[in-house]
Amino acid sequence: MLRQDHYKTSVYKTPFHERTSELNILNEWTRWKDYTVSTSYFRTDLEYFAVRNTTGVIDYTPMVKQKITGPDAAEFVNRFFTRDMNKIAVGRVGYVVWCDEAGQVLDDGTVFHVRENEYWLLCVERQLDNLGNSAVGFDVKIEEITDEVACLGVQGPTSCSILKAIGFDAIEHLKPFDIKHYDFQGQEVMVSRTGFSGDLGYEVCMPNDVALNLWDELFDKGEIYGIKPFGLDALDLVRIEAGLLVPGQDFMVAEEAIRPGSTRSPFELGLSWLVDLSKPVFNGREALLEEKKRGSRYTFVKLNINGNKPAEGAYLYNQSGKKIGNVTSAMFSPSAKANIAFATLHDPWKKGKDKIIAEIYYQKDLEWNKVMEEATIVTKPFFDPDRKRTTPAELY
Amino acid sequence: MEKYDAIVIGAGHNGLTNAAYLAKSGLKVLVLEKNDYIGGAAVSRELHDGWTYSNCSYVCSLLRPEIYRDLNLQKHGLQVIAYGGSVTFMEDGNIFGGYSDHDVQRREIGRFSKKDADAYVRFGRDVSKQCRFIKPLLLRTPPDPTSFRPKDLDELLYLFKRLYGLGEQTIYETIRFYTMSAAEYLAEYFESDIVKAAMSGSGIIGTALGPYSPGTAYVLLHHYMGEVDGSIGSWGFARGGMGSVSKALAGALQEYDGKIITDAEVTQIQVKNGKTTGVVLANGDEYHAKNVVSNLDARRTYQDLFDPQDLSEKLLKQVDNFKFNGSSGKLNIALDGLPEFPAMGKDNPLIYADMHFIDSLERIERAYDDWKNGRWSQDPYVDMLIPTMTDPTMAPPGKHYMSVFVQYAPPKLATGEWTDKDREGFGKTVIDQIGEYSPNFKDLIVHAEIRTPQDIENEVGLTEGNIFQGELTMDQMFFNRPFPGYAQFRGPVKGFYMCGSSTHPGGGVMAAPGANAAREILYDLKRKNIVPEAENDD
Repeated sequence: MLRQDHYKTSVYKTPFHERTSELNILNEWTRWKDYTVSTSYFRTDLEYFAVRNTTGVIDYTPMVKQKITGPDAAEFVNRFFTRDMNKIAVGRVGYVVWCDEAGQVLDDGTVFHVRENEYWLLCVERQLDNLGNSAVGFDVKIEEITDEVACLGVQGPTSCSILKAIGFDAIEHLKPFDIKHYDFQGQEVMVSRTGFSGDLGYEVCMPNDVALNLWDELFDKGEIYGIKPFGLDALDLVRIEAGLLVPGQDFMVAEEAIRPGSTRSPFELGLSWLVDLSKPVFNGREALLEEKKRGSRYTFVKLNINGNKPAEGAYLYNQSGKKIGNVTSAMFSPSAKANIAFATLHDPWKKGKDKIIAEIYYQKDLEWNKVMEEATIVTKPFFDPDRKRTTPAELY
Repeated sequence: MEKYDAIVIGAGHNGLTNAAYLAKSGLKVLVLEKNDYIGGAAVSRELHDGWTYSNCSYVCSLLRPEIYRDLNLQKHGLQVIAYGGSVTFMEDGNIFGGYSDHDVQRREIGRFSKKDADAYVRFGRDVSKQCRFIKPLLLRTPPDPTSFRPKDLDELLYLFKRLYGLGEQTIYETIRFYTMSAAEYLAEYFESDIVKAAMSGSGIIGTALGPYSPGTAYVLLHHYMGEVDGSIGSWGFARGGMGSVSKALAGALQEYDGKIITDAEVTQIQVKNGKTTGVVLANGDEYHAKNVVSNLDARRTYQDLFDPQDLSEKLLKQVDNFKFNGSSGKLNIALDGLPEFPAMGKDNPLIYADMHFIDSLERIERAYDDWKNGRWSQDPYVDMLIPTMTDPTMAPPGKHYMSVFVQYAPPKLATGEWTDKDREGFGKTVIDQIGEYSPNFKDLIVHAEIRTPQDIENEVGLTEGNIFQGELTMDQMFFNRPFPGYAQFRGPVKGFYMCGSSTHPGGGVMAAPGANAAREILYDLKRKNIVPEAENDD
């Protein structure tokens, strides 16, 4: 149990804070759950380009981590998540969503099949309540390990070379979504070829007490490979280019939604590939079957918008001036030199027939202007280099 | 013999851009390149095992984002990555840094003059005003001010509207701006010599003028355009070297079924009854097309490829008068490790920046005097970068590639043509200058390519080695580029066009001339325009 005076430390420092605070010359921080993390270290654009060109390192320790163990672990996760979890073999990672009974998405995350009868769920929102409610009758143990495990995202084209240089042998042979355990100074660290950048990259989970040493090793060996820290601002740029959603930004998490209609089903987020309706039981199955029959209310799309004014928060209209949706995330992509966005569309939008026109407000010399720009739907990520998939991974 | 709708002579980045748009419009297009590699001066070459050089153009700040997006150059492998800042090393052991963070920059200027530090805001505003005026013009065709055709009148009207949109005071300023020297212009803002010297550099790069020569204020702006708009990634390196730009453009061209033949030097443009009919190669091969587009500079195009009998006396004279005045050379150096610059201190991020070793306007002007006297500058102005600090693909990890642009070097020396000994001497001058600020630099050199203006001319085909395909002075700009009457990308014979940097808006890896020429060709062929307009900054 926490000490009675825990309120005196309202915000925690991550195990990397000693280093990240030294490197954060802009002194820009934000709160992420219990912790404070850097939004930007030295220049957001150069941090962004480190991820796209060399290697960026992000401290994502505050990511909520839950460990599920026990003889029924495999059956339990299959019951909890919407996709067929049997396909995620030991040593593999899978992207997942899970729903409430109404088929509305509670959160998204990644499940690590760490070893036989052991799964880790990394996600945005805390799930002990939801996981616990579903665990009735399963022989599993569910615990939160957020504070015990330090995590780094090591993302970018030279990331494999750097991890190899710190002694992670044969790491180049990891396929996307593979997990491998390494010994680092006598402790076990878990490396996976995963991340939030849409590029070649890895995530490293480690016990807190080797965190600083591993950081130092990375930055020492990584110097000649152009290693740089990056903050949440740069992360937001790469994840939009990569086509990755953020709960709480691109959709409302069902657990916190007050107003009817404000939540989304997996189908409405373009995630039908994560739903396996042939499974006999999982949370939200009945509702999703029903939705399949009567149709969805919303359609999630990636947009390429004319012009160069980012469409943050824009309303979307069809050619007759009827509102058909709104933008949830937007930016001008430095890599595609394109004006890109995620959006959610609704009635009376007609797929293939209606135009999508964004109403964009922007400021120049304090004056507000408005443009109406046509947008086209894009199906692939805005940035999608081959090196993201190539195995063995690129070495420098 | 296969027939094409259009033949583009020269696979420089503008030739490829032009061809890509013609092909995208549905035309059958052929690009002919004399070298066995494409790219012209936007090229990456491995001249020393393991090292890739951007051996001519070296930074990618001006490439039009509209074209990048429209031709989907990202998909064809182009990644432009930002680099940071600039630094000038001073004789007294101090340095003057250029930082992108506004407050850091203000404090840095303030180390030399507190007043200048505050004037930096006004300077930034005024340069931005000029950029705002010019940027949209980059992807437009200059109007002919003597013509009464509706198209020209419309364009003139547009121009006047924009000019008047600047506001009264700025109209006066704009006209002054175009005729001033960089030194005069900077003196209206700054008092510190180091501040002025550092900022004047971009006013002379590529130009045979000194900071006190009228017209250099515009050149300064021409180089600023990539930098001041503030949108991220607007200036930087092409990942993998400048050849990546050409490779991506070629990828776009091939996607639209355009064809490129290398090792195919065009020696003659065929003209029959005042119309082009095709081209003849050095090996005698002929290719036929009703439209022939030259990516070569104005002099090479008209003097080397046309039969003078097909051209008017007036035009031949204009070609003669077109100024090149090659003024720059280049060193590409492979380094065994990272050179130290003690003046900068350890871990200074300016190691990523462009570096210079001249700290006063006076010294730059003296460097220019050498050019006038027919010798390379004994105390040169260099624009030096270590691209491998940013780009991991150009040298093995821990090793480095250094790109050194050198000003001034005349196309011909007072003693005659450049000899091997001269080239060596030129290289030594530059290496010695860098060595003065970096004690371990010389020991790290494993290979160096030294390029005089003459080498650049011989290899790339840029007359006198002028990087802009002709000086960027007011007499050769806008509706006078390359010369009056021919500023709309058309030539004196039907079906013939120009698309290189000799045309509007001039040099730099912008891809704008190539795209502009394509728009005019499509207009003549009565096809729908598919070339994007410049994005509005307002």
